[in-house]
Amino acid sequence: MHSMFKRTAAALAASVALAAPVAAELTGELRIFLDTSNPAPRATMEAMIERFAAEHPGLEIETTVIDREAYKTQIRNFLTADTPDVATWYAANRMKPYVEAGLFEDVSDLWAEPEIADNLASTKGAMTIDGKQWGVPYTYYQWGVYYRKDIFDELGLTEPTTWEEELANCQKIVDSGRACYTIGTKFLWTAGGWFDYLNMRTNGFDFHNQLANGEISWEDDRVKQTFANWKQLIDMGAFIDNHQTYSWQEALPFMVNGEAAAYLMGNFAVAPLREAGLSDDQIDFYQFVAINPDVELAEDAPTDTFHIPANASNKEAAREFLRFAVSADEQTEINNGANLGQLPVNAQSAVDEDKFLQQGFEMLSSNSPGGVAQFWDRDAPAEMAKASMEGFQEFMVKPDNADRILAKLERARQRIYDN
Amino acid sequence: MTAAVDAPEQESWFHRNQQRIAPWLFLAPGLLFFMVYVIIPVFQSFNLSLYEWDGLGAAEYVGFRNYENLYWELYDRDAFYISLKNNLIWLILYLAAIPAGLFIALFLNQTVWGIRLYKSLFFFPFVISQVVVGLVFTWFYDPTFGLLNEFLGFFGLGPLNVLGDERFVTYGIIFAGLWPQTAYCMILYLTGLNAVDPEQIEAGRLDGAKSWRMLWHIILPQLRPATFIAFVVTIIGALRSFDLISIMTQGGPFGSSRVLAYYMFEVALSEYGFRMGYGAAIAVILFLIMLCFIAYFLWSMYREEKGH
Repeated sequence: MHSMFKRTAAALAASVALAAPVAAELTGELRIFLDTSNPAPRATMEAMIERFAAEHPGLEIETTVIDREAYKTQIRNFLTADTPDVATWYAANRMKPYVEAGLFEDVSDLWAEPEIADNLASTKGAMTIDGKQWGVPYTYYQWGVYYRKDIFDELGLTEPTTWEEELANCQKIVDSGRACYTIGTKFLWTAGGWFDYLNMRTNGFDFHNQLANGEISWEDDRVKQTFANWKQLIDMGAFIDNHQTYSWQEALPFMVNGEAAAYLMGNFAVAPLREAGLSDDQIDFYQFVAINPDVELAEDAPTDTFHIPANASNKEAAREFLRFAVSADEQTEINNGANLGQLPVNAQSAVDEDKFLQQGFEMLSSNSPGGVAQFWDRDAPAEMAKASMEGFQEFMVKPDNADRILAKLERARQRIYDN
Repeated sequence: MTAAVDAPEQESWFHRNQQRIAPWLFLAPGLLFFMVYVIIPVFQSFNLSLYEWDGLGAAEYVGFRNYENLYWELYDRDAFYISLKNNLIWLILYLAAIPAGLFIALFLNQTVWGIRLYKSLFFFPFVISQVVVGLVFTWFYDPTFGLLNEFLGFFGLGPLNVLGDERFVTYGIIFAGLWPQTAYCMILYLTGLNAVDPEQIEAGRLDGAKSWRMLWHIILPQLRPATFIAFVVTIIGALRSFDLISIMTQGGPFGSSRVLAYYMFEVALSEYGFRMGYGAAIAVILFLIMLCFIAYFLWSMYREEKGH
């Protein structure tokens, strides 16, 4: 988890024979803090920074990689003292505390440049608070249902598109002695994903957003409808037992061993499934089914971002780095299958050949007319996210407590948004 | 060397008061650190509990609203109520470590070949980290492959998801906590037993005291100091119960295994937290509960000193 310091600029500048001259020569020090501590993302980021350094030999770049979980608390310290020039974070409500505290730099000027304005339009909303943009995205990934194709074939099932098909499929899976879905809710957020989809499919993206913003009562009939739909699945035994004791990784073996047929998860679940020995013939992906035909489909696609802290000392170089990170070529490169294995944010970039990325890109660009949400714990304020996800977990274990849970969440809503 | 006789009347102020100053000088470093790290933070956290602060922006003075919210949580039986209730369960059940430790100590207090090895094996759980204890018990309780369910299976019982069921989870964690705590109490009693006067036992035996009566009337009174220390460390251990909860359940399922210390951490410092004022208010409540015990301990120590 400990930081790593790296000075790359000088060495690289010497080896690259006079890179193409840039508009204004950047000088000084550029300090970049990253939370990409897993091996693959870390290597990706370091390679990208080396390429940036090669273009700007005058810059002395110092990169610090911090453990992803530790980063979430450390960011509060380093934004106020000993501040880097560039820092990674998350979009939407997750950045709000720092925006409101004046710790992130307003980068609306970057978003006014045609290069970014034209190509990054799809993620602009997630980066906007109070009509201004506070950072740039560098990667995002789809959520959806990853399923065991071989089990579906064995039972003669096809990818469902409606709620009725979904329930019929699930019934057959349950009858075959399996659970339809694996899930591990020990750390709560996985249940947030289910709520995102069920609520967006039942009541639509705008309603979902209003709920996240505290504008709608948790005891509203429409919310109850979402929970009623959820209860249908729970009552038929769709989810694995004892999910409250597992993390999302601990829930993977159920799918690998064929005890559960599918997993509602982000695209990052594909890598461990492959590592566990499932081939691409065995796993496949489908978009979460429509429930209420009157609402447009909307998706979860969490976005990871770069920001310039307000206290940064080399903002000019930081801006150049942000431009570089979102440029079409870099986006193609860092998000390809060999690197992050996710989706590029730049519309001009190429998406990797990987079948899941292709399907995800297809789904997000053409089949998500309702909108794109970040994720429940990034869209709702932290306190409400925590209280509600605890409620979702309880509901998944004890669906009969729905009314009591919703009453509790309503009390929480009145307290949290009131202040 | 020669000047010492010079001026006895002109002794410096320091020399005249040496006797009185010296203890304070020796106490000064301790007092200083105690002030800086304990006393002042106590008042600071009380002060903070009157504010609403996310740790970043400006703190907003809200008077007693944090406490009011805590009251409503108590009233609605929300998180604070559960934490308080669990703290009480911890306090009561954790005390089981004292008799358990005593009986193991009595059992091990004999001269058999290799007894030192047995003693150290019994003491072992106290030496390993709480984190390891937590992990071991998490696997022990695991609903699919845990030893507990294998064991229950022999009797046709279970499966039981101890850490996933809000009725059992707190007891499950306390049981894990008792493992090292019993070892701790055992070692306290073992040292206490070394100091038991053999002549009194002899005298008791002559008077016909056996087993329980011997234990109750002869041994236990002599173990009073050990019992007192065991009581103090167990109470403090119960109120501090944090690491096991953090490792085993993170307060779950759905918040049913929280205690005040964990709830405070969750509210103030965890990923979804950063409500410093609210966390401070919980800390103040926890402090007040601890204060009752601390006052009792100090009072009984004071009484003890006076008795001698």
